Amino acid sequence: MNTEKNIKTLIVNKPLKLDCGKTIKDFPIAYETYGSLNSKKDNAILVFHALTGDQFVTGINPVTDKEGWWSYAVGPDKAIDTTKYFVICSNVIGGCMGSFGPSHKDPDQKIFGTNFPVITINDMVNAQYNLLDHFGIDKLFSITGGSMGGMQVLQFISNFPNKSKTVIPIATTSSHSAQNIAFNELGRQAITADSNWKDGNYTSNETNPGKGLAVARMAAHITYLSKKGLQEKFGRKLQEREDLKFGFDADFQIESYLRYQGSVFVDRFDANSYLYITRAMDYFDLAKQFKGNLSEAFINTKAKFFIISFTSDWLYPTQENKDIVIALNSIGADVGFVEIESDKGHDSFLLDVPDFLSALKNFIDKSYEEN
Amino acid sequence: MKNEFQVIADLIEKDKKVLDVGCADGTLMKFLKDNKNINIRGLEISKKKVQECIAKGLTVIEGNAEKDLKQFPDKSFDYVVLSQTLQAFLSPELVLDELLRVGKKAIVTIPNFGYWKVRFHLLFKGTMPITKTLPDEWYNTPNLHMCTIKDFFHFVKSKDIKIFKSIALNNLNKSIINESNLGVKNLFADLGIFLIEK
Repeated sequence: MNTEKNIKTLIVNKPLKLDCGKTIKDFPIAYETYGSLNSKKDNAILVFHALTGDQFVTGINPVTDKEGWWSYAVGPDKAIDTTKYFVICSNVIGGCMGSFGPSHKDPDQKIFGTNFPVITINDMVNAQYNLLDHFGIDKLFSITGGSMGGMQVLQFISNFPNKSKTVIPIATTSSHSAQNIAFNELGRQAITADSNWKDGNYTSNETNPGKGLAVARMAAHITYLSKKGLQEKFGRKLQEREDLKFGFDADFQIESYLRYQGSVFVDRFDANSYLYITRAMDYFDLAKQFKGNLSEAFINTKAKFFIISFTSDWLYPTQENKDIVIALNSIGADVGFVEIESDKGHDSFLLDVPDFLSALKNFIDKSYEEN
Repeated sequence: MKNEFQVIADLIEKDKKVLDVGCADGTLMKFLKDNKNINIRGLEISKKKVQECIAKGLTVIEGNAEKDLKQFPDKSFDYVVLSQTLQAFLSPELVLDELLRVGKKAIVTIPNFGYWKVRFHLLFKGTMPITKTLPDEWYNTPNLHMCTIKDFFHFVKSKDIKIFKSIALNNLNKSIINESNLGVKNLFADLGIFLIEK
């Protein structure tokens, strides 16, 4: 992947003290923008990506040559309309699309690998906050993101209560559940069990722990879908064959689909980044940062919240999203909530789900009109 | 806008904080927000109606009043509005208690089962009454606990709830209900509107 020419980077000179105790400085944040910032600088929306996302929200991702991860929601005349709004998204630190991460080199020109400091959701948003200064934006119009992106949304408004007018966490949680930690651990074990992982000291693409990373992706991918969605899409359909082959090749379409998902993922993602980012998600517990009282996280903000969940999302179920609504209501915050009917599981927020996209668009456009 | 909503809106002063429980498509909310600068929130069970509220730029929470009112702190709204829904809850008494806990005052409207057309319908036709305010058949009505204006009046008194204003509505005719005219109003109003406080 020779990617550098397509990646915009901000070098953050200001030291950033991480939750683990270490301090980083002069580190890169890779970002992308869509649309244009108006003269009042009041139309900026900061989008946070999920575990395997990156800064290329929409259009063709110049590194992978595939559609951006939120192409259904972001673009000209879409829910987040880039003819009206200035959309900014950056790769999280710990990631592998240009921001400071474990595939970068240390001052001795050695790849960090697992010598990279463990980062948290809090560290991610504190790093990204530098983008506001970079663009001279005093206050964002909105912050949004799904899944781990939603965790960053919650952490961001807690850290910077006056820095966004509206706040849209989607299909997320304020505290990573045991089940979610368990799935992440499964993925990490798959990576570290691959003999090519070498305690994180793999160096070239030829020897990377691709098999382990593919298994991690396959397992995670199942959690992003619903049972009903899988059954309807694949059922017991066979893969390019008339009958079972009595072996361990991919007889079923679902097997072939998962293998494909695993194989394309390893081409674009770094195994160590996967370890670091899943760890950051597992460590996320916003209530714990406020002695168990989630409401306290939002006590200083006057932002308008809109929280969205999906009926078939069992990874970040409606109740976990509603817990955020409850915490906000208990302090009289301005919060709206809707649960969208969808069979597409956790991935619903990334897909063409018309009720979701219209709710998102209406909330954003109406809130902006009231500005 | 429905005449009922105009009466409700007239009961609420400008610049207040109001929760509309069962806010449907947000018609009343929109009116209060646009005309009285009300800081308004809605609670609505229907996904479709929630979407309609969002399209109007209203702050609405999808939820069920019987379960979801408990998340609001005591007296966190100046007014809580419940329009023609009390009779549809499994436990109207508990919902009423919650309305009065969450709101400094509550405005509750009820379709009057004592209305003469309702009484005549049952008396002469011998079938469950269907009127403008009670449009559904017995087998598909959401209403579980129908009551009359008189029932509600006595019920509220028995719970030591203060009645600030009770209004009888029959189409465009609006009149005040009191102890002495209760029997008459119970016969001629198809809707009762109560401003109460505990």
